[in-house]
Amino acid sequence: MLTTALILLPIAAALVVAVLPLPRETTAGLAFLAALMEVALWIVAAARYDYDAGGLQLDSSREWVESLGISYSVGFYGFSVWLVGASVVVFAAAIGYALRVGRDRSRAYYALMLFLLGAVVATFVSQDLLLFYVSFEAMLIPLYVLVGVWGGERRQAATVTFVIYTMAGSLLMLAAVVAFGVTQGTFSLVESGTSDNTWIFLGFAIAFAVKAPLFPFHGWLPLAYREAPVEVAAVLSAVVSKTAVYGFLRIALPKFPDPADDLSGLILVLASAGLIYGSVLAFRSADLRGVVAYSSMAQMGLITMGIFAFDDLGASGAVLQSVAHGLISAGMFLLVGMVERRCGTGELDALGGMARGRPALATIVLIAGMIALAVPGSATFAGEFLIMAGVYAQGWGYSVVVALGVVLAAMYTLRVISAILHVKPGRAVREEALDLRVGELALVVPMILLLLGLSVWPALVSESSFSGETTPLTAGRPGWTGYAPVEGNG
Amino acid sequence: MIDTPNVDWLALSPSVALLAAAGVALLSVLLPEWMRKAVAATAAFAGFAVAAGCAVVVFDHTPSPEVLLDGSMVRDQLTAMSQVILGVTGAAVVFASWGERRRTNHAEYYALLATAGAGMAFFVSADNLMTLFLGLEWFSLCLYILVAFDNERATSLEAGLKYLIVGGFGSAVLLFGSALVYGATGQLSFQDIASANPTSEAFLFAGLAMLLAGLAFKVSAAPFHMWTPDVYEGSPTSITAFMSAATKTAALVAMLRVLVTAFPEQSDVWTIAVAVLAAISLAWGNLGALAQHDLKRILAYSSISHAGFLLMAVSANSERGGEALLYYLVVYSAMSVGAFAVVAARERELQAPVTLESLAGFGWERPYHGVALWTFMLGMAGFPLTGGLFGKLFVFSAAYDAGEWWLVLIGVAATAVSLAYYLNVVRWMYMRSGTELTLAVAGGSPPRDLALGVAIGAAVVVTVGSFFVVQPILDVASDAAASLPF
Repeated sequence: MLTTALILLPIAAALVVAVLPLPRETTAGLAFLAALMEVALWIVAAARYDYDAGGLQLDSSREWVESLGISYSVGFYGFSVWLVGASVVVFAAAIGYALRVGRDRSRAYYALMLFLLGAVVATFVSQDLLLFYVSFEAMLIPLYVLVGVWGGERRQAATVTFVIYTMAGSLLMLAAVVAFGVTQGTFSLVESGTSDNTWIFLGFAIAFAVKAPLFPFHGWLPLAYREAPVEVAAVLSAVVSKTAVYGFLRIALPKFPDPADDLSGLILVLASAGLIYGSVLAFRSADLRGVVAYSSMAQMGLITMGIFAFDDLGASGAVLQSVAHGLISAGMFLLVGMVERRCGTGELDALGGMARGRPALATIVLIAGMIALAVPGSATFAGEFLIMAGVYAQGWGYSVVVALGVVLAAMYTLRVISAILHVKPGRAVREEALDLRVGELALVVPMILLLLGLSVWPALVSESSFSGETTPLTAGRPGWTGYAPVEGNG
Repeated sequence: MIDTPNVDWLALSPSVALLAAAGVALLSVLLPEWMRKAVAATAAFAGFAVAAGCAVVVFDHTPSPEVLLDGSMVRDQLTAMSQVILGVTGAAVVFASWGERRRTNHAEYYALLATAGAGMAFFVSADNLMTLFLGLEWFSLCLYILVAFDNERATSLEAGLKYLIVGGFGSAVLLFGSALVYGATGQLSFQDIASANPTSEAFLFAGLAMLLAGLAFKVSAAPFHMWTPDVYEGSPTSITAFMSAATKTAALVAMLRVLVTAFPEQSDVWTIAVAVLAAISLAWGNLGALAQHDLKRILAYSSISHAGFLLMAVSANSERGGEALLYYLVVYSAMSVGAFAVVAARERELQAPVTLESLAGFGWERPYHGVALWTFMLGMAGFPLTGGLFGKLFVFSAAYDAGEWWLVLIGVAATAVSLAYYLNVVRWMYMRSGTELTLAVAGGSPPRDLALGVAIGAAVVVTVGSFFVVQPILDVASDAAASLPF
């Protein structure tokens, strides 16, 4: 019931917001309130989940299409708890940001944002293949309009490219869903067995690779992240990309152990390439959004490496990194939006010297930057370290790539920090541009605090993600060290 | 005394109700002018509603198929279910037609609509080659007139002429095919054809091919689709809605019945033929739609591509395929009638054909129609939260089950292409501002058209509802599909 409520609350709120003819501020306030209630509801769910027992909890199931074995089944695994947690927090911040800057046609805007939240949560908790497909696809409907209507100048090109890429992937997945479900006789992820059909695996893997995006499926990323409204870009990079992580962890790996094993070399190489290539592009990028966008692509490469490390270190590192990256990239995007609003541009050339007289901005950007570049002791460092250690089993070369990625992350993050805060005041930075206001701090600081909390205690996420006897990844296979919780390394 | 066959009036009741409604509608010319439209429309609506109601009763009281009238008709759940779809579609079309700006001939319009419905209801119950042809001509003749009904518009007359010529050709092909089949087997009724020992395989296969082609004209499957875009564009929009939903339903159900009942021995040939038709329709319809500018033409090409999906279900030649076909028809009829009804609304507002450009800003100015058209476009593209997704899913799984995985891949590719034009409609509605509109809107609020709104609302309810309430529809569809000897 609780899980269903987590899905239905935002969708019901979306309907209310869309239908009630309220003034703009009231609509926005109502939407923000709904997002906060969703956070509260998630806290209840996270508290009810028994991390020692692990496995599927808070689940409910209802027949949908009996003759094909399709059901509405939802439930939480440890890692779903954390992925949903990052999502609801990011959405609350994003809707809060929209409330602050004000959006035209607010009823449609907030309805779509809330609907998107519902779809994202549904994706992370679905335990039925068709429900997963439905929610995965349902995310696209609001995103298409959110980017296309409220985006920047080239929004139409951005939204069309985005939709074509994602739908091409999703339709391959639909074919894979049909093939898998029909052969298994059920679409339930809990009841279905494994398959050794490489083609079906590829159908899923490509869909997730586009969504993440992984190199070389990232063609939609630069335009979409640049042209989307900044809070939508935050949601895209922080949350929507993580549905690919869930897909890999819940479907691609557990249901296709052999194909995943056979193709892991290819995927690891592509992920490594994406990590390095994304980092270099982020370093070369001429504007703020480009840096955050490409760094997000690099991080997704890193997370994928953790997933395809095939051991508990890599997988729990991937989940920890997903949560940390979700929070930090959303925070970074919102900060980018705040800087852009002050200067009217995100061109690094035109910025600079903003630290002077703006202590709050300087402090927050610096802390966020330090976390983003994975300074030792931060949650991101913990995640990267786990991934590095996990992927070592697949070959020491991959660990070298991860280490290189960490170095490159430091390079592009430091470059962007100094381009905003230091050097000479840029031509776009006016003297009277304000420091961060209280309302803006209230959006970013909670996420930074959560990240600091995770930095202190990363094991909260990493050790509870795959705890318990039955996790989706307990399928026995050669080369797996199993996903039993690691005792006493906290 | 002459022996008369025992007539099962209940089985005939849908057709009879619609014929009676047509009679009442025609008689309304005797009434004062101000009452005619109301009486004729009410009669037609009542006819369709009663027909659907009677069909529900027949469905409930027909556990197993019964052959009627000396083997010329069959009473079974497949017939009844398709009659329900036809009746509901027709009723919605009556609502959509109400606001049409037409000064005269209301009586004839609604009478012809009801008669066409009666013909379709008869056609889907046909159980031998004679009744099949009679039913086809019955509703086709009505449609030829209805297509050309707006005779002050040249495009409507042109459409009527094209439909008459191409449709006449299609009927002739069907008739010739029937003759060949009769020549080869000496039998008219479907069951007897199946059990007969054909004297000439060549004649039988030629006849089968021509029967298939004749029906494919009505389904508007490529390469027998050439009339579709022009006729859909030129006809009065409510009639386009009726044709796209009802004609397709009737023709596909008849096709499924003929193929499965009369030609089980030849199934390895016709499944491939139908699969190829499906593939061509998918490719042609979707690629053709990309190049279109007029919304009615886009929807016409989209209906060709949907013919492809529906034929995919036929080609599976299984109970699951029949189930998928009927489920898809329920959803598709709703989406199609709804989409054309929204087009009609915009047409009446602008007094001009609806192109993509004339949709600019439509979604924001007319939120109800905008959201509805958005829903239909997403539904046709197979997005979640609409029955379109399950329609595609069932069709794909039926085809995959039948071993036609290549057809599934073509269907997936076709769906990907179709997004380009479906989402383009959404893009024009929401992402272009109304200031780009070159046609001046008359100003003020659009003409108040409650009836049209009701039709659109009903279509939205079915489109979205069929996503959540899948199993009950599927149960009915599976009972209906079980009437055929798969």
